[in-house]
Amino acid sequence: MMVTLAHYLALSALLFGIGAVGFLIRRNALIVFMCVELMLNAAGLAFVAASRYRGLLEGQLAIFFVLTVAAAEVAVGLALMVAIFRTKQTTNVDELSGLRG
Amino acid sequence: MGELMAFYLLAGIAVATALAMVITRNAVHSALFLVLNLVVVAVFYLLLGAPFLAMVQIAVYAGAVMVLFLFVIMMLGAERVGGTPGLRGQIPLAVALGAALIAGALFAFLRAPAGLAPAGSPPAPHGDPSAIGARLLTTYALPFEIASILLLIAIVGVVVLARDPRSEGR
Repeated sequence: MMVTLAHYLALSALLFGIGAVGFLIRRNALIVFMCVELMLNAAGLAFVAASRYRGLLEGQLAIFFVLTVAAAEVAVGLALMVAIFRTKQTTNVDELSGLRG
Repeated sequence: MGELMAFYLLAGIAVATALAMVITRNAVHSALFLVLNLVVVAVFYLLLGAPFLAMVQIAVYAGAVMVLFLFVIMMLGAERVGGTPGLRGQIPLAVALGAALIAGALFAFLRAPAGLAPAGSPPAPHGDPSAIGARLLTTYALPFEIASILLLIAIVGVVVLARDPRSEGR
């Protein structure tokens, strides 16, 4: 029996689901952010696996751009968290409810 | 056969590290489990014929991005921030919805994999740096340039955001 595209897609779905659950249950904004990275990465695995089993290079190029955007996103997101921490002294997302009516 | 064994072994490590990352209390441990998960995914990239992406994954993601994460966690001293969610029943509901998401995705992916990959698998694409670089600088030159502008914007944005207004003029 060979490793098929379905194997990789199933693993990708599992990792994405774990990341989504973590995003919902964790309260520390930094861990919530890490769960987003986990989900991005699961999607990347699906892209590269599809690229392999269709014999195309495009999936790998798409993930190259996703990696670029993810690096930019992490840098800006962490800078935002540092700025929030400076005024609120916390990174607990339940306490960051300044816009709640 | 060996390939299948390697897949299951690596998949087990990937799922275990992802679960550990979500469950562990300490944010630093969480980040280190995520590093392990990213490295396992890089090994999957190697198995899938994408050596360039695998190296970029380790250098940029597991290296630079996660070091930035660890740096910010330690700088803010936010290792143990958290506790129970404010909404009642949030954890069971989130786990149930996540399980439903996984089940739905598995159903969709495993029902008709033939539609996703053509029968008689084609040869693997050669994802070496020269092939990727050639595509990036010809067919995908415009997205490539846009990505570089995006990175420049991110640099400027981070400097503006992370500047402490109180230290202005010093």
